[in-house]
Amino acid sequence: MSAIQIIPLNWYITLSAILFGMGVMGVLFRRNTIIILMCIELMLNAVNLLLVAFSAHHSNAQAQVFVFFIMAVAAAEVAVGLAILMMIYRNTKSTDVNFLNKLKW
Amino acid sequence: MNLTVTEILFGILSLMAIVSGISVIFSRNPVFSVLYLIITFFSIAGHYILLNAQFLAAVHIIVYAGAIMVLFLFVIMMLNLNKETEPTKPVWVQFAAVIAGGVLMITLIGSLKGAETITMAQPQNSEIGLVGNLGKVLFSDFLVPFELSSVLFLSAMVGAVLLGKKHTVQS
Repeated sequence: MSAIQIIPLNWYITLSAILFGMGVMGVLFRRNTIIILMCIELMLNAVNLLLVAFSAHHSNAQAQVFVFFIMAVAAAEVAVGLAILMMIYRNTKSTDVNFLNKLKW
Repeated sequence: MNLTVTEILFGILSLMAIVSGISVIFSRNPVFSVLYLIITFFSIAGHYILLNAQFLAAVHIIVYAGAIMVLFLFVIMMLNLNKETEPTKPVWVQFAAVIAGGVLMITLIGSLKGAETITMAQPQNSEIGLVGNLGKVLFSDFLVPFELSSVLFLSAMVGAVLLGKKHTVQS
């Protein structure tokens, strides 16, 4: 007995929307680059959860493979993002995003 | 109102995910943010198990809690960011951020209003989340993307090493 047969799909969509909204809120709210990267991870996870819920609802395995690829891309993204963060810290001695306003008009 | 075990588990896991997600945003210390994010990831893995996606639950715990969050903790400890004195945005920017995120959230949830509540009635194939089935799909339908992701990993690795290296000025 799977959860998707008991719990309506709408609840999963609502939960994913809440998690995604919290990720957006965190990106806008914080100035620490590490926290911003973590909030991006939170958004990716909300989308993953939604994909798995739809996959279970349609009994379709391809969506789960897609989630697998999203996890791979997220791992690569975090590795490169943290390397960039190290460079930022080495040059500005801070992880504050407000120092990086050279491209701002 | 009779709640089944699945519904209770769904409620507990959702509550854990949401509360620790809020704590990620609002805790002052980055180390606590990482720890709360790990709790969020574990509750999402619980959701995967409830949805019969056992392979994804295992991979999720290994990749996120095992690899990505350790990477985050390493960076925080290497940069010695374990302090609570962090510059914050002005109050009006924080207020605007919360309003903007909340409006997006409410829009996404509000778009569900009037939609009928759908539950899967007919019995379904509960084997799709197992390793064997996913492996067959991955290595038949998604073989080219799988190979391309290996190229992506190689380039990400080269990029991370190149960015992390100390640059010495050649004269």
